[in-house]
Amino acid sequence: MKAFVELYQNIDRTTKTGEKSQALVNYFNQVSSSDASWAVFFLTGRKLRRLAPTALLKQLTIDLTGLPQWLFQECYDNVGDLAETMALLLPEVSEGSLDVDLTEFVESYLLVLRNLDDSATAAHLVDTWSKLSLDQKFIFNKLITGGFRVGVSQQMVTKALATVSGIDANVVAHRMMGNWEPSAQWYEQLIAQETADAMASTPYPFYLAYPIQEEVDTLGDIADFQIEWKWDGIRAQIIKRDGQVFIWSRGEELISERFPEIMTAASRLPNGTVLDGEILAWSEGDVLPFALLQQRIGRKTVGKKLLSEVPCIFMAYDIMELAGQDIRQNSMSDRREKLLSVLMPGQCDVAPSCRGTLSEHLRISGELQANTWEELAAIRLDSRKLKVEGLMLKRRDSVYGVGRKRGDWWKWKINPLSMDAVLVYAQRGHGRRASLYSDYTFAVWQEGKLVPIAKAYSGLTDEEMKSVDDYVRKNTLEKFGPVRTVKPGLVFEIAFEGIQNSPRHKSGIAVRFPRISRLRPDKPIEEADTLDQLRGMLEVYGK
Amino acid sequence: MAEDLVRVTELGLYCQAGDFYIDPWRSVNRALITHGHSDHARSGSAAYLANTNSKGILRLRLGDEAKIETVDYGVPIVIKDATVSFHPAGHILGSSQIRIEHKGQICVVSGDYKTQKDPSCQPIEPVACHTFITESTFGLPIYRFPSPEIIAAEVNEWWQANAKAGKISILYAYSLGKAQRLLMSVNPDIGPIYTHGAVEALNAVYRGCGVKLPPTTYAGDVRKEDIERNALVVAPPNAQDSLWSRKFGKTSEAFASGWMRVRGARRRRSLDRGFVMSDHADWQGLTETIAATGAERVLVTHGYTPPLVRYLTDLGIDAHALETAFKGEEGDDKSEAVALSEAAKADADSMPQSADDKHVDQNSGGES
Repeated sequence: MKAFVELYQNIDRTTKTGEKSQALVNYFNQVSSSDASWAVFFLTGRKLRRLAPTALLKQLTIDLTGLPQWLFQECYDNVGDLAETMALLLPEVSEGSLDVDLTEFVESYLLVLRNLDDSATAAHLVDTWSKLSLDQKFIFNKLITGGFRVGVSQQMVTKALATVSGIDANVVAHRMMGNWEPSAQWYEQLIAQETADAMASTPYPFYLAYPIQEEVDTLGDIADFQIEWKWDGIRAQIIKRDGQVFIWSRGEELISERFPEIMTAASRLPNGTVLDGEILAWSEGDVLPFALLQQRIGRKTVGKKLLSEVPCIFMAYDIMELAGQDIRQNSMSDRREKLLSVLMPGQCDVAPSCRGTLSEHLRISGELQANTWEELAAIRLDSRKLKVEGLMLKRRDSVYGVGRKRGDWWKWKINPLSMDAVLVYAQRGHGRRASLYSDYTFAVWQEGKLVPIAKAYSGLTDEEMKSVDDYVRKNTLEKFGPVRTVKPGLVFEIAFEGIQNSPRHKSGIAVRFPRISRLRPDKPIEEADTLDQLRGMLEVYGK
Repeated sequence: MAEDLVRVTELGLYCQAGDFYIDPWRSVNRALITHGHSDHARSGSAAYLANTNSKGILRLRLGDEAKIETVDYGVPIVIKDATVSFHPAGHILGSSQIRIEHKGQICVVSGDYKTQKDPSCQPIEPVACHTFITESTFGLPIYRFPSPEIIAAEVNEWWQANAKAGKISILYAYSLGKAQRLLMSVNPDIGPIYTHGAVEALNAVYRGCGVKLPPTTYAGDVRKEDIERNALVVAPPNAQDSLWSRKFGKTSEAFASGWMRVRGARRRRSLDRGFVMSDHADWQGLTETIAATGAERVLVTHGYTPPLVRYLTDLGIDAHALETAFKGEEGDDKSEAVALSEAAKADADSMPQSADDKHVDQNSGGES
């Protein structure tokens, strides 16, 4: 526990990636395999569930501090993190007296909670808190309440483990995916030298495209690229090994049960096949709005009605494993050929988004034909109409890499839609932005009134955020808990990806991925957009 | 209850019985000053009265022309119908609570105060009163400050580690008060101490009042090639990210403030370290001081006013918010930043620009 607290401090105190990596390497070199396995588990955002109810934690803190409930809430609103709020409020001990290793800490202080009833849990928590220093309490509370994210990415952990073990980072990343239980044995396998260990369900790390920032013709000859639509669904990986099918989301979540039609289709794939692609809601040769797909994502089990209303398909992009062989180092064009041979045995001429012959739920993302970048730019203009996000450009000679790398795969997204809207509500942020009013609701005009249209919280620099924060504090009309009603006065340009009908919203319109593109101090609020203008956009793009 | 001895007007906190203002935010005839921070001591008034130890600070802030009278702690003086005395507030050198008595009613205006030990100024002495006007900068129970000894040890450990690694330690702190307090708590054996111009000017004033600061060197006098790698640099917060701090090459940067108690505030500053040290009272300091005055009426200004008012009200105290122009909320050192920007600018202008721009690649890609 002491080493883990030090690791947390070393990571948390620095803003420099190099120092964080060094802290990780030092930690892994220093602790037991079992401790290391738990550290990997927590640092990659995995959670222990069902330890103690949040309400109980809050109540205990209130009881132990003697603070009134409202004052606890006030503190929480200011800190923005429950685990930290409790750590800051609970009585302090001068020196943490608990000196056990991480494994024992997890087993004796965390996992043990699962077997206790509420009163025993309470007693256990009070006793544990009385033994922990401020930082230990913070970590303990974080592990109980879920997410332990301390400013390291999965990639940093992977790289540190690669350094420690001398194994290729890709292999480490591969081994870290999927469902696993921390143990000394697991960690030893993670850093073991031999590589033929892929468990049946283990997915490959996804390869991600880089956004094009320069002019597209700087990429070189268009003939060197395989060009596809950039479909807008859930990026996913299908694995068929040993007669079993697994569907993984890019968030490393196993989502097989949510898409039974794709499961059935994939069971026809030959053993030892791994496909990369996108899950889309699809009907009659056309992609359905993302909002419908969201209904499917939200359910762990899918009813018949939803299945027939929102049928889903897998749009295949790539193949990483064939006949049990990892073919990620083969060229894109070779993998493409293999993908076609698997999904459309006997055929090879593929129209855009064609149907595979294996199943109507397994389709192939078609290649787009363009002889020049100008021609391609013209094709890209159809993106919004086809409900895709733009284009994907993949070098024909590219391997299937790991993570987001510059150079081989590019995404050329369409420019977002945008509107000028007025700030009407503000709320304090969480984490890094706690105590700053950084979460905003924006409105547009309708018959002389402002109707809320979108919430957004990203896209401002720290300095801009501070100035908006200042404005919010000086122009508060009303307070509802953490939310302030703000006197209309600031106009923002809001970018968004899509626009849809939404009876659930007061405005009747929902926009997708809204974010702040910039402040418009030059614009008086009267010149912000109207709901009618947005309805116009809905006519063009939302149907 | 009768009318308060002190009320808020457009010009500032006003005492009718004595016809004077306390820390006015506009020009007035007679201003009583609790302490020298720029949101409390503003120029333009005809006459100033403050504690003896504030004189040098006020002279620096208000200019040579200002008419400044001083009085020792605990000495009563009569101003018109009011009897007035100054009492230590423990905030910075010369900081005072101002006690006003009129017709048997006693009101104490605390200015800013803290209860922690501070070798650079006299400790606070709570004053019994009927009405107490308190600040509330850290008026939430999450603000509980570790003892100054613990923080001093942390700072020394950090400086020592940097010195060993050949990194200059830059410590950002208010140039008035916090800087001197820190200078007195660090271990000067670790290495030389350089200061920003704004800090050095106030060091001279502190030394003039007999405060024993360790030796410091104005950073502007040190040539770039002569900078020692085991040095500590003390600078005001607004020097962060300025041209000024670039001259030091490889550095570790830290900020000392009560706000550093909360992780979000630490992270937002993008610094290597945050030390939890404040010249304001924490929650416990506030509530204990208020209790020690025995006041039945408490007026709460700048800071987390609503929660402190509500908390005191629940205790049966007649508590209310008092709107003043004093700073404190969110503590981004805005007041200091404004006051010091001139000095910082002058300093920055005299520095040679260095080529190693600290551009950070912020490209985080899209969501696909």
